[in-house]
Amino acid sequence: MEVIFVLIAISLILAGSFLFLFFRAMKDGQFEDSHTPAIRILFENQQSKKKKIPTPKSK
Amino acid sequence: MSKPLHTKQATQTSTCYHCGEPCKDELLHFEEKEFCCTGCKLVYEVLSENDLCNYYDIAEKPGSSQKDASKRDNRFDYLDDADIIRKLVDFQNEEESHITFTIPLIHCASCIWLLENLHKLDSGVISGRVDFIKKKVQIKFRQNNISLRDLVILLSKIGYEPSINLADVEKKAVSKTDKKLIYKLAVAGFCFGNMMLFSLPEYFAEAELLGNGFKKTFNYLNVLLALPVFFYAATDYYRSAWISLRNKAVNMDVPIAIGIVTLFSYSLYDIFALGNEGYMDTLGGLLFFLLIGKYYQQKTYDTLSFDRDYKSYFPVAVTKLVGEREDVIPLVKLNVGDVIKVRNEELIPSDSILLEGDAAIDYSFVTGEEVPVIKKRGELIYAGGRQKGRAITLAVQKSPSQGYLTDLWNNDAFEKEKSKGLESLANRISGKFTLTVLGIAFAALAFWVYQGQISLGVLAFTSVLIITCPCALAMSTPFTLGNTLRVMGQGKFYLKNAHVIEKLAKTDTVVFDKTGTLTAPAKAKVQYFGELLSEESQAIIKGMVSQSTHALSNRINSYLAGVKTFSLDQIEEIQGKGLKAFYKGQEVKLGSAEFVASSLSDLPEGGNLVFFSVEGNVLGYFFIQSGLRENVAEIVSEISRDRSVHLLSGDQDHERNYLKKLFGDVLEMNFNQSPKDKLTYLKNLNDNGSKTLMVGDGLNDAGALQESHVGIAITDKVTNFSPASDGIMDASVINRLPAFLKFAKTSRKIIKASFGLSFTYNSVGVFFAVQGLVSPVFCAILMPISSISVVIFTTLTTNYLAYKRGLKDKIL
Repeated sequence: MEVIFVLIAISLILAGSFLFLFFRAMKDGQFEDSHTPAIRILFENQQSKKKKIPTPKSK
Repeated sequence: MSKPLHTKQATQTSTCYHCGEPCKDELLHFEEKEFCCTGCKLVYEVLSENDLCNYYDIAEKPGSSQKDASKRDNRFDYLDDADIIRKLVDFQNEEESHITFTIPLIHCASCIWLLENLHKLDSGVISGRVDFIKKKVQIKFRQNNISLRDLVILLSKIGYEPSINLADVEKKAVSKTDKKLIYKLAVAGFCFGNMMLFSLPEYFAEAELLGNGFKKTFNYLNVLLALPVFFYAATDYYRSAWISLRNKAVNMDVPIAIGIVTLFSYSLYDIFALGNEGYMDTLGGLLFFLLIGKYYQQKTYDTLSFDRDYKSYFPVAVTKLVGEREDVIPLVKLNVGDVIKVRNEELIPSDSILLEGDAAIDYSFVTGEEVPVIKKRGELIYAGGRQKGRAITLAVQKSPSQGYLTDLWNNDAFEKEKSKGLESLANRISGKFTLTVLGIAFAALAFWVYQGQISLGVLAFTSVLIITCPCALAMSTPFTLGNTLRVMGQGKFYLKNAHVIEKLAKTDTVVFDKTGTLTAPAKAKVQYFGELLSEESQAIIKGMVSQSTHALSNRINSYLAGVKTFSLDQIEEIQGKGLKAFYKGQEVKLGSAEFVASSLSDLPEGGNLVFFSVEGNVLGYFFIQSGLRENVAEIVSEISRDRSVHLLSGDQDHERNYLKKLFGDVLEMNFNQSPKDKLTYLKNLNDNGSKTLMVGDGLNDAGALQESHVGIAITDKVTNFSPASDGIMDASVINRLPAFLKFAKTSRKIIKASFGLSFTYNSVGVFFAVQGLVSPVFCAILMPISSISVVIFTTLTTNYLAYKRGLKDKIL
């Protein structure tokens, strides 16, 4: 049963590191703007597509 | 000066490749694409040169029309001023600068893409990052390669001119407070979760199987995890309780702080001295739930600002005339006696005397009336208006902060904190609550000591304090108010914070501003007097007004809806005077009495007059009154049922009889009110013990909005400028104001009902606590259940009642 002590230590360290990561993300401003990244992620796809097909004209 | 409005008739079908607007006045071709104006074409040229035409693929017609864009090159000269640069930038070192601009035009994915690819346009730019919701872009640039001024010019060249106003220069407010709450919530959640795991074995009889070593370890771990909760997550409550006690008052945080401290210290004693399990998990859960409530109560509207004063509206720089030379200087360096030049669409920055030019001043942001006021040479022009028409020259009479309007902000009302007078429901009962709880606790202690069982007495004493810790009580308020805030927000009524709801419920006097609040430019009442207009003349008038952007033209235009439109030759608009055109060789005029040389007497008062003449013969005139918004009479009569209603207006009292007929006697009307008079009026009402709600719209109401207990700004477009207030209401929902006021009252009733619910839990808890029967397991079950059930109760009731009253589309 003593293995539980080890497990407790591991679980606390794990949970603690999640807390730390959350703090870091907060500090970096990850939660400040939740809308723009959703749009931004689509940009690169369009650019690479454009390289292959020259200017897809909108009808 | 006049300018012909018809240059070339464009085909109606073509739309601008850049902005998507129909090419009405002119049609330009470039690379087989059609543009509505040179501005739009120019933007396209810049982008196509730099291979940035992807801009046009991401969203359809993403640009904004460049027709009205100012082309003056020197208007950003003030951005070379080192003082101004230092105040505007977020960060600067030898190499690079970081700056955040607000760009109101950001509206689509293409905007984001372009602004984040600025480095392709100019190598001096390092990067750009857009916050779409806040309409902001942070740009990092090397100031040695591109100056701030050139950067702003670059942005305006591609159609994204940042708005830089006086408030940006005056102060930099960085709010970090709500972030702290999230950190605290995270810590409390982390500790609570782990503590629950370690306490779980205690809840079951199987704990015995684990042996003593485990039990002790778990308890010590709990103590360890409780430390951050007690010393970090709960700090707000100690501070608030302490401040409240120092002011000889008892707010809701006092009993909470007592409960937290008792829980923590008794648990320490229980664990270390008695070797029991303590109540640490309950402490963690308590804080976690309390902080969630606090967080839920904070609902912020990113795109709205509730604290704007005239500075967020005034420009940073003005054009000063020194002899023949034009200097662009920062507004703060403007002195009395300076001669300044104000161009079309520019703001009058200070009270000044008109030296030269035709002034037509649009005071719509100040008074809510959008028909320009005509001023003659030598007349005093108050700051805050916008010049419409050609450039004018002015002599500054007062410094920008000392003017007729801006002097308002030097009033005491803007110095003091606004939360005076009205106490929240929770704080009012918490005094009695704390006393009662302490009374019961001491009575229980005395009883058991009298019985000779001292240790049981101490247990009962602490148990009472622990079990009555008003967790559920403290949560009913934030959840009810937070929910109400959201319901109102969905109904386009945006409140600054949740406390406003409670204040709103208690108001007993409503003061309306007239122009722009009860009346609306779009609801103008147009009447025609004089010789009957033939169908032909109507079509002529329609043809004339449809070519003008003047507010009065628009009103006549909508009055003549359905009439045929003649297209006339040589329509001229003479700024501030009227329109002139020729029809079948006859001169037709539409405009002011002076303009058409009218000699008509016995004219109606209380509105604008537009005369119509053919070949010098005045045929008649249009009488245009500002119209009331829809259902205003019903709103006033409904509110007047349980509140007194007042009306303040800056206008002359010629509309008194008309309004009296409409509203009846319930309305107390006051005319000729200056911005300062309005403030004083509200102050007098407050001093007489009234709880005032001010509803206004313009800068001239700012003082009254500030002085009132609750100030609501009405605006036709919520993202537009509105003066500092407690709430911003979309003008389209003003007819729901009585419903919102009622709902605010309802939410108070819901809070009261949930207080009743949590008192029931408390009395059950106290019943066991005084007998010393409370165990950690009992606590760990009862406290979350009471909290959660209160939350569910308040959320469901507010949503259901809002749904029933039509303030919400669906229940959840």
